[in-house]
Amino acid sequence: MSRPTPDDLSQAPRSWGRSVGSLPGSVLSFWRRSLRTRVVTAIVVLCALVVGSVGWMVLRQITDGLVDSRVDVSVAEARTETATARERLGSAGGTDFDPETQLRLLVENLVARGEVKGFEVVVLGPVDGGGTTGGVRTTPTVEADSVPKRLRTAVERGEDGLAWTFTRIAYSDRDDGTPRPSSQPGVAVGSTVVLPSDGGTYALYYLFPMAEEQQTLLLLRQVLVTAGLLLLLLVAGVAWVVTRQVITPVRLARRVAERIASGRLEERMQVAGEDDIARLAMSFNQMAEALQSQIRKLVELSRVQRTFVSDVSHELRTPLTTVRMAGDVLHDARASFDPVTARAAELLQNELDRFENLLADLLEISRFDAGAAVLELEDTNLGDVAHRVVAATAPMALQRGVSVSVQDVGVFMAEADVRRVERILRNLVTNAIDHADSSGVTIRLAADGEATALSVRDHGVGLQPGQSAMVFNRFWRADPARARTTGGTGLGLAIALEDARLHGGWLQAWGTPGDGAQFRLTLPRRAGDPLTHSPLPLVPNDIREGVS
Amino acid sequence: MAQAEVVDRPRVLVVDDDAALAEMLTLVLRNEGFVSHVVLRGDEAMAAFHTFRPDVVLLDLMLPGMDGIDVCRRIRAESGVPIVMLTARSDTVDVVVGLESGADDYVAKPFKPKELIARIRARVRRFEVPTPEDLYIGDLTIDVAGHAVTRDGKPIGLTPLEFDLLACLAQNPRKVFTREVLLEQVWGYRHAADTRLVNVHVQRLRAKIEVDPENPTIVVTVRGVGYKAGIADEPSHTG
Repeated sequence: MSRPTPDDLSQAPRSWGRSVGSLPGSVLSFWRRSLRTRVVTAIVVLCALVVGSVGWMVLRQITDGLVDSRVDVSVAEARTETATARERLGSAGGTDFDPETQLRLLVENLVARGEVKGFEVVVLGPVDGGGTTGGVRTTPTVEADSVPKRLRTAVERGEDGLAWTFTRIAYSDRDDGTPRPSSQPGVAVGSTVVLPSDGGTYALYYLFPMAEEQQTLLLLRQVLVTAGLLLLLLVAGVAWVVTRQVITPVRLARRVAERIASGRLEERMQVAGEDDIARLAMSFNQMAEALQSQIRKLVELSRVQRTFVSDVSHELRTPLTTVRMAGDVLHDARASFDPVTARAAELLQNELDRFENLLADLLEISRFDAGAAVLELEDTNLGDVAHRVVAATAPMALQRGVSVSVQDVGVFMAEADVRRVERILRNLVTNAIDHADSSGVTIRLAADGEATALSVRDHGVGLQPGQSAMVFNRFWRADPARARTTGGTGLGLAIALEDARLHGGWLQAWGTPGDGAQFRLTLPRRAGDPLTHSPLPLVPNDIREGVS
Repeated sequence: MAQAEVVDRPRVLVVDDDAALAEMLTLVLRNEGFVSHVVLRGDEAMAAFHTFRPDVVLLDLMLPGMDGIDVCRRIRAESGVPIVMLTARSDTVDVVVGLESGADDYVAKPFKPKELIARIRARVRRFEVPTPEDLYIGDLTIDVAGHAVTRDGKPIGLTPLEFDLLACLAQNPRKVFTREVLLEQVWGYRHAADTRLVNVHVQRLRAKIEVDPENPTIVVTVRGVGYKAGIADEPSHTG
């Protein structure tokens, strides 16, 4: 991979913060980053809710149906049994047996029938106080408590019809060891019979166990739960596969987008079919196409600009060369001219120099604007450069009566383009000479391991507040009425600033009215290193001490 | 021929599409004691070169008919006559391309006439070896008086500039020459000039004289300083 994408950068500190956190942190991060996990989880949760409620409803309906039908069957059976019992008692008459025997026969008969048909019997009575043989008779092992109080009350109130309720049938321990639950749900149906032998009313209770229904329901519940779980698994699997179909193109799009961002503009997504994914890919490709064509246009524009600069350079320079040569011929021959023509020849010569400088500066600026300026770096001693520039500007300084001195001695190395640094310094020094007003110009140098700085100080008119930023503007003049005497083009400081920027350095100005100005150039010791400080102060020491 | 009376004056062929500049050049050159001939089109340059037989060619790079680079290559293909390029683009690859195609030197527009004259004179006046004896460098023999370089008796064709460069290095075999010193001694520059001139011509020279130009043994680079002559073999020539 090439350079990190902005996304990577923005995520880097967060992921660091997370790695410090514990396991829940990493799970949370996975949750946040994996769209697929979120989608699948959401689908499974929703599906579980739906399956759960549907299952619950189904179970409920079936239970109700089963219980209702059991109750109906039980009640009908109880009615039949009661009718049979009454009939038998009626036909037996009141005197054939003693009440005890008659009741025992009744109960035995009922228990025998119950054993065949699958219900238990509890006979209580007499309930109206009329009979003689009180007590409880039941199917063996069944507890009489299995008949709920409510049912007893309802039956004993003496209504002729049947009453029923749900109950738990409790069993007493038995010796034969047949496997039987100690209690089970059931339906209790109650009615009364009158014993002819003593005229007492006895309550008959039929207990119909519902073990079968319970078994059925248990099985049903198991089936439903198993089916539900299988369904959920299936849904999760389907969701996983389906999201994969959606996520895969999205991931592909992300990868392609990252490649495009890293400069491979020709990257495109594959378009297959006509679905939404294909349309996404198509739109994505259109976007990439538009971006690429825009960038191509800009590149082309930049190329045209550079060609234009080059062409202008050629087109202007050739006639200027001719004029320059003609001017030289005239200038060399001025001794033989009359004074007016001779002076004109001199002026022509001087202005041609200025024109040439202006043209050169303009071309340099347009080269910066076109981004065509290239550094030729080498290890440079700024001290040597300073002395060379002082020597080169000496005639001008002499003419203006300004002394230019380099204050610091030593080696001040920086990785820089000598030609450009020399130009920066030349511009700064000529600018200082221009504004020095016959006071001296001092050049200071300093270096530490990371940066090398150079400052040019004059004691001239200085700068008004706010002007220190404007001095680098193209063709800017502090005082429009002030004449340019050193032949500056008005582009010198602008070019110097561009040169400094090209090095990744700083060029800054300070000045106060009356106290002169100082320009400071700071270059990184190694080209490309970021600058954090300058070894030299921007405000000269003498001024700072004066203030404090 | 008609120019018989000026036969000892250096002859300059000016190839430039700008008529005014060409005329101005003619005036200045005549003033400085040169004979000049002007060609305004690139495709006419070769014919003029054959008939005029110049001592120096002043060549603009942008020409109608034929590119200055092509003209330069064609001249170089048949002659080692000094070629000085006139270029408006001193900071582009054009300069390097021009030098690589065989130009000896270049002058950037707008130039001062004196500067141009100095460049032309430097090309006409040859580098002078103080001791006109045979020099040996690597397995080459340099016949200074005869301006010829041979390897095992077989001559190697060098342009005058390349010969000067080689002779300059060979006459002081242990000395390391900085590019600035070479510019002064071979090209005649008084002030610091474009060191690309030296780099390009050393490459061209190596292409002609080195057995393996990738691993030069005759003109050796001294990293960070300049160039020097490789150690001379025992003269292997017999004749």
